[in-house]
Amino acid sequence: MNSVLQTHAVSKHFRKVEALNAVSLNVAPGERVALLGHNGAGKTTLFRIVLGFLKPDGGSISIAGSKPGSKQARRSVSYLPESVAFPKMLTGREVVSYYAKLKGARHSDVLSALEKVDLVDAADRRCGGYSKGMRQRLGLAQALIGDPKLLLLDEPTSGLDPISRQKFYQLVSEFAGRGTAVLLSSHGLSELEARTDRVAILRKGVLVANAPLSDLQASANLPIRISVRSTQANVDRVHRQLGGSRINGVSVELECRQPHKMAQLAAISKLGAAVNDVEVSPPSLDEIYRHFSNHHDHAGDAK
Amino acid sequence: MSAVLAIAQTEIRIGIRNRWVMLASVILFVFALLLVLLGSGPGGATRADGLTVVVASLATLSVYLVPLIALLLSFDAIAGEIDRGTLQLTLASPVSRGQVLIGKFIGHGCVLALAVIFGYGVAGAVGYFLGHNVGLDGIIDLGRLIVTSIALGATFIAIGYVASASVRQTGTAAALAVAIWLFAVVLYDLALLGGLITSSDGLFAKVLFPYLLLVNPADAFRVFNMAAIDAGGLSTGLAAQGNSMPFQPHIAIVSPFIWMVIGLGLSTLILRRVQP
Repeated sequence: MNSVLQTHAVSKHFRKVEALNAVSLNVAPGERVALLGHNGAGKTTLFRIVLGFLKPDGGSISIAGSKPGSKQARRSVSYLPESVAFPKMLTGREVVSYYAKLKGARHSDVLSALEKVDLVDAADRRCGGYSKGMRQRLGLAQALIGDPKLLLLDEPTSGLDPISRQKFYQLVSEFAGRGTAVLLSSHGLSELEARTDRVAILRKGVLVANAPLSDLQASANLPIRISVRSTQANVDRVHRQLGGSRINGVSVELECRQPHKMAQLAAISKLGAAVNDVEVSPPSLDEIYRHFSNHHDHAGDAK
Repeated sequence: MSAVLAIAQTEIRIGIRNRWVMLASVILFVFALLLVLLGSGPGGATRADGLTVVVASLATLSVYLVPLIALLLSFDAIAGEIDRGTLQLTLASPVSRGQVLIGKFIGHGCVLALAVIFGYGVAGAVGYFLGHNVGLDGIIDLGRLIVTSIALGATFIAIGYVASASVRQTGTAAALAVAIWLFAVVLYDLALLGGLITSSDGLFAKVLFPYLLLVNPADAFRVFNMAAIDAGGLSTGLAAQGNSMPFQPHIAIVSPFIWMVIGLGLSTLILRRVQP
């Protein structure tokens, strides 16, 4: 497969700290990849290496066939830094038009980029007075300009309200649909809400997972939680029959693996009137993320 | 090329909006006006063109003020932008780091030029209307002073970039800029004066001294302007030695330009290694 971004066994350390350890990650045209990890897991370091700001200690990187930092590579990549800042004295329109000129983009792109991020009304105000969300959207407008082959977005949704966040993912999908490769970083899985094609998780500089979300869900093999609501009179009997743990006097909580789910539910329905209600919750995205980012587990590595 | 101009345009825009241009213009104008008013007083009536007398004192003013304004304009250019995080995106774009620096240089140069033209121009106009025997010579002298002051300023802008690219904190860059100014326009002259006093007949005064004047762009600027005014009696300060130079004093103007090229080259080399 012809990836836009190819990193092979990239390593980087700062003094004694191992920031990245043999990270191999590819992003194909039109693919949306989320890079997850705690603060300090190495996400931003990887971005800075891809941008050519830092030299890796080992490994190789290619961006649309060029070396990172080369003019060709910089032309292909658009970047949105984690805490984006602009000269306070300039208006939003001037900022976007400045980057359009630096990238050699058409002037008509400026307005369409501002429209895409809903900043047209504020375009002629100085960006020193923008809120964090508006600054973030201005940063995104700047990144969308110039038909990038690769979008590098460092925690793009921090500071965005839920509606802006939804619009953001729509924009990302729109660009991916036109063949742009997207690599975005985030703190947790729950923020992504399954809007990416693949999830890569960095833990202390090591890539511990790199697979579609559904594969991660399967390979994590986390228990399903079943909460059984009974009555004060019957809860003891239910608990004795099903096991699990009692909570708040009337409920029993059980955990079971995916293959045993139906058998467990059958056992519950056999209890008849003793059970008032049953709630089944699959493992949350946060739990899956915690599973990969905290445990020593390389289950998803092979993908 | 359009990228370079976009960077320059942005610097000019910021310079105008944060009132840098106005502030620098007013400072230059106030000092220049003081000199004009003093120079055109009754005691100032000499044989020479009234405006030329003013230009002679303005040249000395330029030596102090213009490098200071230039350094204040440039010390923040790289360290400050890295500090605030605004340089990352520019360096991630397809523009080369040399182009970034040239763009900033053009922009800051224009900001300084606006201030010098306005400050000295208005003060010169006042001198023109108040002065005695003001003629074309005086206007030419003033024009030459304005152009060379801009060149001197551009030199110190380039030197300021070296300071700004070498350190990561804006505060450190500012301290470095002040140190450069203090050395180039105050301490250097004091050291030369000391040398002259201790060996007024020796090797230092006869051979080394003129060349040492040439090495410092600020002194070379003064030597050139005093020689160009062509009024030995009006020369002040160390440049009064200009008459006995072992070289044509007019070539002194080359010195600021050489330093400008050195400054830009050095700061580009340093900026290439900067990890934003």
